[in-house]
Amino acid sequence: MISERIGAIRPDPKDLSPLRIDEALVRRMLVAFLREETAKSGHKRVVVAVSGGIDSAAVAALAAEAMGPKNVTALFMPYRTSHKDSTEHARLVAKTFDVALDEIDITPQVDAYFARDAYSARADHVDRIRRGNKMARERKSIEYDRSWPDGLVLGTSNKTELLLGYGTRYGDMACDLNPVGDLYKTQLRELAVLLGVPEVIVSKPPTADLWVGQTDEGELGFTYPQADLILYHLVDRRLRPADLIAAGFDASLVHGIRERVRRSHYKRVMPLIAKVSLRTVGHDFLYPRDWEAD
Amino acid sequence: MVRIALAQCAPALGALRRNVAMHQEWIAKARAAGAALVVFPELALTGYYLKDLAGEIACRSDGDELRPIVDASRDIDICTGFVERADDARLHIAQGYWSRGKLVHVHRKVYLPTYGIFDDGRYFGAGDRFEVFKSIVGPAGIAICEDLWHASVPYLYSATGATVVLSPADSPGRGVAEGGDLGTAESCRLMDRFYAQYLTLYVVFANRVGHEDGIAFWGGSEVVAPDGTVVARAPDFEEQLLVADIDPALVARERDRNPLIRDERPDIVLSTLARRRGMAD
Repeated sequence: MISERIGAIRPDPKDLSPLRIDEALVRRMLVAFLREETAKSGHKRVVVAVSGGIDSAAVAALAAEAMGPKNVTALFMPYRTSHKDSTEHARLVAKTFDVALDEIDITPQVDAYFARDAYSARADHVDRIRRGNKMARERKSIEYDRSWPDGLVLGTSNKTELLLGYGTRYGDMACDLNPVGDLYKTQLRELAVLLGVPEVIVSKPPTADLWVGQTDEGELGFTYPQADLILYHLVDRRLRPADLIAAGFDASLVHGIRERVRRSHYKRVMPLIAKVSLRTVGHDFLYPRDWEAD
Repeated sequence: MVRIALAQCAPALGALRRNVAMHQEWIAKARAAGAALVVFPELALTGYYLKDLAGEIACRSDGDELRPIVDASRDIDICTGFVERADDARLHIAQGYWSRGKLVHVHRKVYLPTYGIFDDGRYFGAGDRFEVFKSIVGPAGIAICEDLWHASVPYLYSATGATVVLSPADSPGRGVAEGGDLGTAESCRLMDRFYAQYLTLYVVFANRVGHEDGIAFWGGSEVVAPDGTVVARAPDFEEQLLVADIDPALVARERDRNPLIRDERPDIVLSTLARRRGMAD
């Protein structure tokens, strides 16, 4: 049946309906995406880091469906401060989607690095951020190691995190394929429910779990539904901040989010290469990634 | 003699208000140098590689955003570039000419390079005309960057009365082979000199400097006279207010000596093209 939407989409801070997606359709598209794009680059397996949270659980589920559980390497890489529930939830994800889970404690390597560094004595916020970034990059280096020689690393950053720049460059943001990067956090939650991610994981507060007591919404200073709705109107619908404020959205929240997007844009693009020659990688040497042999 | 200034500047990408303030500084310097006209590069009010910012930074040619330019033009003519939002909502790379507190002329870039490192055609609509207007240095036509690379453009201007071609540009520098000039610079200097000498008019090439997303604009702004001499040239890669004198009498002297334009046969051009395109016998 073809349904059509009657009436214009108007920005309204109380109306979250524009964020709704057809989860079944998205699931079909993402499963096909993972299957085809893995094969096209000549790979057979995928590696996904499972944190015990909802986003990586959804990616693990999609990967298992696309590649078959045997072709999915799931990694759980806790640090000594990681939440105790994380271990249990990561195992639950592996069991639910029938994938093997490899558990690697990253505490020794992270602590060994900071033990050499006079900075590590500082327990302030800067230290916390540095340690968190190091943990994210340590995990990613393990994912890439485990992907060799026939696997690709899957990313789990959602559209909200990508647009807000809420992630670590070459850490959690790094990957070969990201099936969920065009889904806002609240949309990904809808998809996770359809994919059968256990309720206990779906309903807990989202956290990067980089330090004790951290929650995404606590750190960001706004909720995901608030951010998603504002981002949806600014990005997907191309409205201006002034349009949203006129429609009743909180001005400082709209400007704050818009400014976060602007400030973090460097994180979303490839590194800049200084152009000097007649043809330059990334500038005017442009071929499709799916460049196939004839 | 009419003194002009070329503002070889480095606009901030996507920051219209900052660029307006930057314009006011350069305009003041041009005024202090005794210039009657200051020419800014292409999109000097917005920056070049705007991508999706194009629609967000666009304004109407009579928009309030440009009010400071209108005001500044009361005692000095100003030629500068902005993203124009047309009445039909299309976006254009536009170059305006303001004189005595009024917008006198707007040229919309016709040739939008969409190849290599260029993607103009993805973000902008093309202009559809080349019109000569009255400027303080004589009848002039504006050719924005790629427009000048099409030989028909300076030809059309010369055939319709221009004695000056103003060419604001955002030309990226590339080609660093040993033993020559920067590749792009070589091509541009050849063009400027050829058009100036063989169409017997002034070519005013105002290029920007600075980097955007890893691409360097090379500067090298210059004024070339109808006798082929380079009246003035700015250095490569550095900001500079280049001052040059334009001598309308030199156009007359060159055209007396070498009456190529007087003897030009645009009617033959017209009939040949019309036949070729099946519009006439």
